Formats: sequence, C-alpha cells, structure tokens
Amino acid sequence: MHPVRRQRLIIVAFIVVGASAAATLIFRALSDNMNFFYAPAQIAGGEAPTGRTIRVGGLVVPGSLKRAESGLDLAFRVTDNRAELEVDFRGILPDLFSEGKGVVAVGELMPGGRFKAAEVLAKHDENYMPPEVHEALKKGETAGLAATGGDDDVR
Amino acid sequence: MYVELGHFALILGFGLALTQALLPMLGVMRGLRSWTQAAGALACGQFVFIAISFACLAHAFLIDDFSVRLVATNSNTLLPAWYKFSAVWGNHEGSMLLWLLILAGWSSAVAVLATELTQDMRARVLSVMGMIAVGFHLFVLFTSNPFLRSFPNVPQEGRDLNPLLQDIGLVMHPPMLYLGYVGFSVTFAFAIAALWSGRLDTAWARWSRPWTTAAWMFLSVGITLGSWWAYYELGWGGWWFWDPVENASFMPWLAGTALLHSLAVTEKRGLFRSWTVLLAILTFSLSLLGTFLVRSGILTSVHAFATDPARGSFVLAFLGVVVGGSLTLYALRAPQSSGPAGYSWLSREAALLGNNVLLIVSMATVLLGTLAPLLVSALDMGRISVGPPYFNLMFVPLMSVLAVVMGVGPLLRWRESSAGGLRGLLVGPIGFSLAAGLIFPFVYRGHWHGGAAFTAGLAAWLLSTLFAGLRQRLRERGGVQALPRLGSAYWGMVVAHIGFAFCMAGAALTSIYSDERDVRMSAGDEVTLSGYVFSFLGTRHVEGPNYSAERGEFTARSEGSTRVLHLKAEKRDYHSQMGNVMTEAGISPGFLRDLYVSLGEPIGDGSWAVRVHHKPFVRWLWIGGVLMGAGGLLTLFDRRYRRARAPASVPVTAGAVA
Repeated sequence: MHPVRRQRLIIVAFIVVGASAAATLIFRALSDNMNFFYAPAQIAGGEAPTGRTIRVGGLVVPGSLKRAESGLDLAFRVTDNRAELEVDFRGILPDLFSEGKGVVAVGELMPGGRFKAAEVLAKHDENYMPPEVHEALKKGETAGLAATGGDDDVR
Repeated sequence: MYVELGHFALILGFGLALTQALLPMLGVMRGLRSWTQAAGALACGQFVFIAISFACLAHAFLIDDFSVRLVATNSNTLLPAWYKFSAVWGNHEGSMLLWLLILAGWSSAVAVLATELTQDMRARVLSVMGMIAVGFHLFVLFTSNPFLRSFPNVPQEGRDLNPLLQDIGLVMHPPMLYLGYVGFSVTFAFAIAALWSGRLDTAWARWSRPWTTAAWMFLSVGITLGSWWAYYELGWGGWWFWDPVENASFMPWLAGTALLHSLAVTEKRGLFRSWTVLLAILTFSLSLLGTFLVRSGILTSVHAFATDPARGSFVLAFLGVVVGGSLTLYALRAPQSSGPAGYSWLSREAALLGNNVLLIVSMATVLLGTLAPLLVSALDMGRISVGPPYFNLMFVPLMSVLAVVMGVGPLLRWRESSAGGLRGLLVGPIGFSLAAGLIFPFVYRGHWHGGAAFTAGLAAWLLSTLFAGLRQRLRERGGVQALPRLGSAYWGMVVAHIGFAFCMAGAALTSIYSDERDVRMSAGDEVTLSGYVFSFLGTRHVEGPNYSAERGEFTARSEGSTRVLHLKAEKRDYHSQMGNVMTEAGISPGFLRDLYVSLGEPIGDGSWAVRVHHKPFVRWLWIGGVLMGAGGLLTLFDRRYRRARAPASVPVTAGAVA
C-alpha cells in the first residue's frame, strides 16, 4: 500500500476505534444512571424492579405522614388515585413538601413493596407539578377510580 | 394608561426590529448606501422603545398595579421595593422582555462601538440581529405578553414573588446570564454576516473576538451567581445539581469557551475557519435550546415555571429555523480549505485543537444526558431522569485531560515548538505538581487520598505552568522590566486559567472532603462533625419585612479551640400565602471551609430536624468563576481593542490566547 494511504488508514482506524470506544463508554454510563419513573399503580402491578434506583411520584396522601419517636425516620404514602405506595425516608423533607401536594422520591423499591427514598423532591413553585406526576394522575383520573383526595391540584 | 403605553412601545419596537432586519439587508443587496446606513439608528431606536416598555412594566411592579395580571401573580404590597423591581424578571413574561431588552442592547452596542467594521458588514450583522429580535418579539407578543390586564376583577393583593427569588443572588443572576446567552447572538450574527458576504477572513475573527469574550464573561459570572445562590438559598448546601436548566446554561458556556479559543487560532493563524463559524452557530443554538428547555417545561427541573405548550413549540420552531437556516448557509458558503498554513503536533494550534475537542465532547455528554429523557419519552420507553453520577463520571476524566492540555498550551509557540525547549520549561512544573499532589492530602487531613492528591497535583500543574510561561515571556522580552508591557490580554488569560484551577480544585475537593449530617436536636444539644462541635442554643421568633421566622441559633467551634462562631439559620413563613415556607441557611464562610447549618422542620417535643455541613474549599468554586469573568474583562481592556478605532490595518499585537 502507498505509505500516505497507509498512514491515512491508520489514522482513520484510530479515530473509528477511539470514537466507538468512547461512545460505548458514554452509553453504558448513561444506561447505568437512567432512573425510570414509576407511578404507584405501576408499582402495585409489579412493573418496577427492585434493587435499582428508580423514581416514584404522586400526591402525598393527607394524614399519612408519620414520624419516629426519636431520630429523623419518617414515612408517608403517595397516590396516583389508583394505588398507594408507602415511602420510608430518613432526613429532612423539602420546604414545599406538604400533604395533598405533588412529590417525587428517588430511591429503591424494597422486596416487601415499600419504597426506601434516598431523596425527596418537591418543587420550587407551589403550582408546579412534575410532568411525570401530572401524567400519572391523569391516567388515574381516566381510569375513573375513586379519588382519594387532592384532586383539585391536578391541572 | 402607562401599561398600554408600554405595550404600544413594545409593538413599535417590533416594527423597528422588522425594519432593522429587512432594510439593511435590502440595502446591501441593492447597494443602497442610505439603507445600509440606517441599520445603526434602527437598532438604537429599537432599544429605546423596548427600554420604555420595560420601564412601564417596572413601574407597574413598583406601584403595585394589580390590574396587570403579571404583577398580581408575581408581586405583593409587602415586598421590599428592590424585590418588586427584580420581580419584573422573576417570571416568564417579564424575563422574556428582559431578554428582548438585552438583545436590543447588544444590537445598539454593536451599532455604536463596532466602528471598525465596514459599513456593509455592520449592516449585515445588525440585520441578522434584527431577525433574531423579530423572532423573540413575536414570541413575547403572541405567547408571553407581560402587559395583559385582568379587568374588571382587579385583585386587592398580589400573590407574591416566590420567596426563593427574593434574594440578591436572584436579582443579579438572570440579567448576567441573559447578557451572556444573548451576547452570543452577536458572535452568531458576525458568523452569519461573514458567511453571507463570503469573506470569512481573519478580520472577521478579530471583530468577533471581543464580543465573544464579553458574552463569555457575563455567562461565566451568571452561572457562578446561580451556583452560589443555589448553595445558600436552597438551604441544602448543594452547588450544582446537573439539573436540565443548569445544563442549559452550561452547554453554551462549554461551546462558547471552545469558540473563544478557536477564534484565537482563526485570528492569529487563519486556521480552523469553518470550524470557528460552526462553533459560533452551535453556541447560539445552544443558548436557544436552553431557552426552549426552560420555557417549555418539558423536562423535570427545579427551575420550571408553570408551563405552556404553545411557548415550547414556538421556541422549538424558532430554534429549527435558526439552526436549519444557518447550517444551510454554512453548507453553501463555508470555506473549503483552511488555507496554506500548516502546524505541527507540538504547537499552540494543536493544543487549542485539543481544547476544542475536549470541550465539545464535554458539551456533547451534557447534551446527551440532558436530552436522553426527552428521547426515551418520545420513543415511549418510559419516563427517565439521568442521575448526577453519569455527568460526574464523564466530567472527571474530561476535565482532568483538559487541565493537562491547558497547562502546556500557553507554553507552546504558534506553528511549531521545539521539544527540547518544552522539556526544559516543563521540568519544574512537573516536579512541583508531583510534590504538591503527594504532600497535600497529608498536610490537609493527615492521611492519603488519591483523588485529593490528583486534584492538588492538577491545580499545582496549572499554576506552575502559568508561572513558567510568565518567566519564559519575561526572559524573551528582556527581564522583569518587561512586566508592564505584557498586555492585558495575556493577563486576562492568566487570571482566567487560575480561575479554572480554583473551580476545578474547589469542585473536586469539596466533593471529596465535605461531610454532612441530619440530626434531631433540642436546645442545648451538641453534635460533632469533621472536628467541629455544633451546639444548638434554641430558636426565637423574629419578624422580617414580609415574613415571620423561627431563628435557630447555633454556635460552632473547632475541637481544641476556644474561638466560637455564631450561625443563624431561619425557617421563614411568608405572609402572602399560607404555608409559603422557606429555609434560610446559617453559614460561616471561610477561604478553606464553610460551616453550614439549616433548620428542617420542628418535630414535636421542641426538637428540630437540623442539617449540619462541613464544606471545605466550596468557596473556591465561585472565586474561580469570578476570576474567569475578571480574566475576560481584562482581555477586553487590551491595547488592540482600544486602538481598533484606528484604520483597519492595526498591527496585531503578539498577545496571548485568552
């Protein structure tokens, strides 16, 4: 082969190998860190995996917030008006967390069906509803099942 | 009345923008001098009318005119006056008006300051900026009109500005950020004008460089302010969340930084011309993408305003027109060859190429991580979010390599450097960085930490190579007396690179060494964290101008020291709405560490949920950001920009790449 062509071929091969290695690494990193969102009804239906970081969300069921006697352990329930999910959390809740309002929790589903949250998010704007929660609630509404409260928050 | 006046001024501004887009363009095409000459006056006129419109809106906020719907939903009589003013841009509609004002401001700045441009070139640039303005005018007038009234049911009281936005950081953050975002429209307009005229020469690069630097400077400061605000105001000690909207501002910054450096190559050596144009288009497109992501609310973000699909589709369509149009023009007109000049792999061109590749790859990873949720959702594969570990995993290696290249780059010469000379220059920095890295963890904490050692080594590398570069320059120019003659562009580069070293070290070290704990505390309780004893003295009630608060008082002292620091953390309840509660952290700032306390909720029996943090080196992040901005500012004061008023044959000073 002509030396110039040979050199070019080497460069091209190098770029192709380098780029595909980089792309593989990036996509692996991405897929390892994708956190899927599940509505309480999907979790009740057994769709969500355990032992992997996922996000859940819905409205906080009024009156469901329970705190431990000592320490910072607490638990509450979220609903999409179709099913409810028990969420355990240790730490400090965000300021805009309140019963009857939308919330998103990041964490893992435990084998017993409870959700262990590492992080609880409520939004800056008290009128803002995370799109996932909004969608989940809409599904809940169209399913035509009895609402458990907080319906007026659905926009 | 004045509200309608503001609305009317806005419409007149739109008319002028339309004229600014069309008249100079036709003038250039037909060779009508009087039409091309009008560009400057039209730009200034547009600015004046938008300023009037903005002033009217600000007036409505200041006098609590709740008949204006925007004021009623975003202000309140109890709000202190300066927050009433900043409330103008604390909402979607007002912030878009601010965007327009800044865009018109940049246009008139070009009209007034860019006197070295040929008349045709100026007309082209202003025409392109006029087209951008037309797009945003339509957006404001049709989807986001700030002047809508709510007659006849005028509310007695406004709903208030979100308490999180009632803060000095948020008074300054959006205008700075917008000055940066929108500033890149100038660079974009220069690039399009150059493609249009078919003259993509070094003069074009010389003209657009100061504008790019100015926009980059504002964007750097804007992002820094945002991070600082999030740190103290969100109350939980985070300084960067890889939130889609943060990414939206970070992507143009990464692309803009690449552009800044590739413009240097284009100006000095006439190389990378097509690439530079492409970067200019990319940077502004990313600014628009950022706008789309923020305004459409399609991504789950802490920043999202209440959403409106019409706005999202409008910005998306506009983005499509801008990107599609400019790329088509690029395809038709981009220069085919980069000219005759070559360069070796050991040259400043090569180092800057490395800089560009690394920054663009970084930008692409952020883009992928930000848009992946949209793609997955569009493919109906579920709703996802991409966690911060992805971004951290990508950024740590990329930024490390970038830091290594960044150390070598300024030491290299254009065209070709001798390997021997470079080796001589690098011996000192290599030794110093190794030593600094090996020693740092032991000195700081008494035990080894690989990541901290690596970070300290890289920071030492950046500083020592800058020092080596300074010595080399002085030796070549005849010793220390040459110090004042090095030029402020060179010093700008030095300061900005030191800023990067601070940012990098701050980000890495605070991630490595920070410690936090959530505890349940009653008055009199103590908790020890990273060698500091925090005591909770109790809470007392305080009244603010528009809120009442429980103020938790804490003391902190270093174990074995008697100096006592006082921290005051608040839980505020804003009067305007029930349950509008906000956490105000108590911070004891320091160069080497912050102590940070925030009050969670009261938990029965008089005790509180409390979070205490020890955050070493966190302040270096913002010191670094400010230094980068200062570096940009210094560069703008370089001789060659002041002399630019002289005829176009200004000799190019052998300044540094900033």
